[in-house]
Amino acid sequence: MELARNLMVILFTGILTENFILNKFYGICPFLGVSKTTDGAVGMGIAVTLVMTGSSAVTYPIYHYVLEPLGIEYLKTVCFILIIAAFVQTVEMILKKYVPSLYKSLGVYLPLITTNCAVLGVTILNIDNEFGFVESIVNALAGGIGFLLVMVIFSGVRERISRCNVPKALEGTPITLIAASVTSLSFVGFSGIVDGIFGG
Amino acid sequence: MSYMKEFTKGLLKENPNLVMLLGMCPTLAVTTMAQNGLGMGLATTFVLVCSNLVISLLKKVIPDTVRLPCYIVIIAGFVTFVSIMLDSFLPDLAEALGVFLSLITVNCIILGRAEMFASKNKVLPSVLDGLGMGLGFTMSLIVVGAIRELLGTGKIFGFQIAPDFVQPMTIFILPAGGFFTLGCVIAVLGVITKKKPRKISCDSCPSREVCKNTEKKECA
Repeated sequence: MELARNLMVILFTGILTENFILNKFYGICPFLGVSKTTDGAVGMGIAVTLVMTGSSAVTYPIYHYVLEPLGIEYLKTVCFILIIAAFVQTVEMILKKYVPSLYKSLGVYLPLITTNCAVLGVTILNIDNEFGFVESIVNALAGGIGFLLVMVIFSGVRERISRCNVPKALEGTPITLIAASVTSLSFVGFSGIVDGIFGG
Repeated sequence: MSYMKEFTKGLLKENPNLVMLLGMCPTLAVTTMAQNGLGMGLATTFVLVCSNLVISLLKKVIPDTVRLPCYIVIIAGFVTFVSIMLDSFLPDLAEALGVFLSLITVNCIILGRAEMFASKNKVLPSVLDGLGMGLGFTMSLIVVGAIRELLGTGKIFGFQIAPDFVQPMTIFILPAGGFFTLGCVIAVLGVITKKKPRKISCDSCPSREVCKNTEKKECA
C-alpha cells in the first residue's frame, strides 16, 4: 500500500507539479522545435516516453550491479549516454525491421532523442533520488507523459499564435518563449495538488 | 586577424545561445541567480574548449561513421572531470547546478561546435572558436541571470540593489519568469542587431543528416 501511494505521488508529481518541460526545463529544444503541429508533438512525445522508460530500465541494473560494485560511480555520465545512444539505435533498428508502419511515424524523432537532455536527465535523477527499480520506471513514465501532455497543449497554443498579429520585434522565438511562460504559469496552479490528494 | 574573428564571432554575432538558439535548457534552468549563470557558463566553456581541442586533434583518426558517439564520449569525459572538480572545490555551486552539471554532456552547443567547426578546422582556430562560443554563452547566462535575480529578489550577484520598499517580483525566479526573460532578451538583441533571430538552426543540429526537414529549416 505504501509503495502504491509512493508511486502515485511520483506519477502525479512528474506529470503536473514538477513537469519536465515547464518546471525542470528538460528537453526545451524539441519543445520549441517540434511543437509546431499536433502530429509532430504527439510523435515526439511518445518517442521520448518510450526511450525514457526503456533507458531507465536499462541504466538501473547497470548502475547498481556493475558501476557500484566496481566503485566507478563517477563514470555514470559517460556510461549512461552510451547506453542511451545504443538503446535508441536498437529501438530504431527493431522498429524498422518489424514494425515499419510505426517506424514511419516515429522514426524521424528517434535520432533527435539521443541528445535530448530529458533522457539523460531522468536516468541521473533516478540515481540522485535513490529511487528503486519500479520507482525509477514510474518516474520516467511520469516524466514522459508530462512531456507529451505539455507538447500537445503547447502545439495548440502555437497554432493560435501563428494566426495572430504579433509585434514585429517579438516574431518567431521570443513570442514562443513568452507563450511558454504563460503556459508554465498555468501549471503553477497545480502546486500542492499532489499533497492534497495523497496527504503528503 | 582571422584568428581574432574566430574568437569574436561567438560573442555577439553568432552567439550560440541568443542568436543560434542552442543550449536553451541550462539557460532557463540555472539562471535564477547571476552567480549560477557565471558558474555554469565557465564550466561549459571549459568543456567546450577542451573538447574542441581534442576533437580537432583527432579528426583524422575518428572514422566518419561513428564520429558522433566518439564526440559524445570525449565530451562526457571532460564533463565528468569538471563535475568531480566542482564537487570538491566549489560544492555550493555544484549543488546549485545539480543535474545540469552532468547535462553539459548533451548541451547542443558543444556537440554542434564539434560537428560544425572542430572536425573541419585546425587546432588553434578550434580552441579560439570554443573559447568565443563559451564566453558568448556565459555572457548570455549572466545577462539573463542578472535580470531575473534583480527583478525576482532585488539583488545582483548576491548584493542588494533594489531599495527595501520595492517588493521583489518572485515570479521572475519561478520557471515562468525564465521563459519570459529569455524571450525578452532575444527580442531586444534582435532589435539592437536589426536581425531577426533565426527560427531553429539546423546547421549545428547533430541529427541534420538523418533529418529530412533541413531544407525547410524547421524540426519535424
